[in-house]
Amino acid sequence: MLKWLETHTPKMVLAPSFIAVLIFVYGFIAWTGWVSLTRSRLLPKYEIDGLIQYDRLFASPRWDTAFGNLFIFGALFIVIAMVLGLVLAILLDQNIRTEGALRTIYLYPMALSMIVTGTAWKWILNPGLGLEATVQGWGFETFSFDWLVDPDMAIYTVVIAAIWQSSGFVMALFLAGLRSVDTEIIRAAQVDGIPTWRVYTAIILPSMAPIFLSAFIVLSHLAIKSFDLVIALTGGGPGYATDLPATYMYAMAFSRGDLGQAASSAMVMMLVVFAIVVPYLYSELRSKDG
Amino acid sequence: MADISTPAPRSGTGARIALRWTLYLLLCLFALFYLMPLFVMITTSIKSLDEIRTGDLIALPREVTFDAWRTAWSGACTGIQCEGVRPFFWNSVLIAIPAVAISTLIGALNGYVVAQWRFRGANLFFSLMLFGCFIPFQVVLLPMARVLGIMGIAGTIPGLIFVHVIYGLGFTTLFFRNYYVTIPAELTRAAKVDGAGFFRIFWSIFLPLSLPIIVVTVIWQFTQIWNDFLFGVSFSQAGTQPVTVALNNIVNSTTGVKEYNVDMAAAIIAALPTLLVYVVAGKYFVRGLTAGSVKG
Repeated sequence: MLKWLETHTPKMVLAPSFIAVLIFVYGFIAWTGWVSLTRSRLLPKYEIDGLIQYDRLFASPRWDTAFGNLFIFGALFIVIAMVLGLVLAILLDQNIRTEGALRTIYLYPMALSMIVTGTAWKWILNPGLGLEATVQGWGFETFSFDWLVDPDMAIYTVVIAAIWQSSGFVMALFLAGLRSVDTEIIRAAQVDGIPTWRVYTAIILPSMAPIFLSAFIVLSHLAIKSFDLVIALTGGGPGYATDLPATYMYAMAFSRGDLGQAASSAMVMMLVVFAIVVPYLYSELRSKDG
Repeated sequence: MADISTPAPRSGTGARIALRWTLYLLLCLFALFYLMPLFVMITTSIKSLDEIRTGDLIALPREVTFDAWRTAWSGACTGIQCEGVRPFFWNSVLIAIPAVAISTLIGALNGYVVAQWRFRGANLFFSLMLFGCFIPFQVVLLPMARVLGIMGIAGTIPGLIFVHVIYGLGFTTLFFRNYYVTIPAELTRAAKVDGAGFFRIFWSIFLPLSLPIIVVTVIWQFTQIWNDFLFGVSFSQAGTQPVTVALNNIVNSTTGVKEYNVDMAAAIIAALPTLLVYVVAGKYFVRGLTAGSVKG
C-alpha cells in the first residue's frame, strides 16, 4: 500500500489541476461551442440548431464594426508597438549613462491596469479640457483634437493608449535579445570596418527572429483580449464605433441577454487566438522535446 | 554589446558629439511621452475643480489641495454607493492575497511533478495547461457564471478567488516547470535512493532553491489579479467588486458634476500597489513579464 502510494503521489498531486483544466478550460470551451449552435437567448437551450448564431453574427453591423476594429486596432497596435519597442531598445543599447532610469520610465505603464490607463488617457484626450484645450490655450486657437468623440477616429485613441501601455514591454524583450547576441561577432564586424547600421541589419536583428515572433504572439494575444481599455477609455462608443469582439461578447452576454450571440462571438475570438497561438506553441514544445 | 558610438574610421569628433546629443534628445522625448500621463494624473488630482476648468492640462497647480484624494478614498460615488474606493481597495486585497498564495503553491507542486517526476502523460498535461494560458477568457465567461452559481459562490469574494486560482494555474505551473527543469534530475534520484519521499524532496530540496522563481510568480500573479477587470466585472456584485471595477464606475458615472480631480486620485490609488511592486522589485517584474516569451 505504501509502495503504491509512493509511486502514485506525483500523479495524485497533478490530478486536481488536471481535472480543473479539463473542466474549466476544455469543458467550458465545449459548453460555449455547444451553446453557440443553439437558439439560446436569455437562458441557455441545448437543442442544436446549426450555424444560425454565426449567420446572425456575420450579418450584424455591430459585429462587423467590432471585427473590423480588431484588425485596425490589432495591426496598428502590433506594428507600432514593435517598431517603437525596437527603436527604444536599440537607442538604449548605445552605452547610455542613465539607462536604468530610462528603462524604468519606459516600462512602468505595464504595471498599470488597462482601466487606469484608459482613465488617464480619457482625461488627456478629453476635447473640452485636455490636450485640445491646452494647445488652444497656448494660442493655437484652431487646433482640434477630438478623436475621442469622433466615431471615425475614436478607435485610434485606443491604439495610442494601448501602445503607451505595452511598448515598454516590447522594449524589454528586445533589449534582452540585443544583450544576448554574441559580442565576438559584433566586434569582429566592427574591426572589419562594417558600418554600425549594417551590423544591426545584417547580424543582430536576424539573430533575434525568435524574439520578434514572441513579441508578435504576445501582442496579438493582448489585442484580441483587449476589453478593459476600451471600456475605460470610450465605453465602446461613440455609439458602438470602438467595439471590439471582446466588448461585443460582453454586451451580448450581460446587458443584451443574448447568450447565443455571446457564445458564437466568443468562439470566433478563440478561433482567431488559436490560429495564431497553436502553431507557435506546437513548434515551441516540439523544439524543447527534441 | 553593440555600440553605435564607436567612431567610424573617417567621421570626425564633431559629428560624433552631434550624434550623441541627438540620441539623448530622442531618449528624453520618449521619456516625456511615457511620463506625461502620470504627471497629468498627479497634478490634476491635487488641483481644485475650478483650476482644472480654467487652467491647462500640464500646468502645475497654483494651489495644492488633497480634497480630491480624500473624496476618492472615502466619499466618491460608485453608482448608488458613496464610500469612495476604500472598501473596493480592500476587496482587491482580500481577493489577491489568497488567490496569489494558492495558485503559486499549486503551480510549484505541478511544476515540480512535470519537471522532475516525468511519467507517461506528464507532457500532455503540461501542453494542455499551456494552451489554457492563451484562451481568451470570453470563451469561459458564460459557463463559469453558471458554475459559480451552482457552487453557491456567485458574486462572492471566494468565488473570485476561485476563478483567479483556476486561470492562474497555467502560468504558475509554466514558471515553476521552466525553473525546475534546470535543476539536475540526479538530485532527485540521489534523494530517492536515500529514502526521501515525494513531499520530503519538494520541501527540503526544491522549495529552498525556489526563492527567485517564487518572487517572479508572486509578482506576476499579483499584477494580473490586482489589475483584472473582466472577471471582476462579470463575477462580482455590489459589495464584492474589486478596485478596478469601482474606478471604472466612478469615472463613467453620469450623474452629478464630473470631478476630474477625484477621478485621477482614484486612478492613482488603484494603481499604487502594482506601481509599488514595480518600483521595489522591478528586476523581478521584468523577469516575470518576459518569462516564457524569451527562450532559454
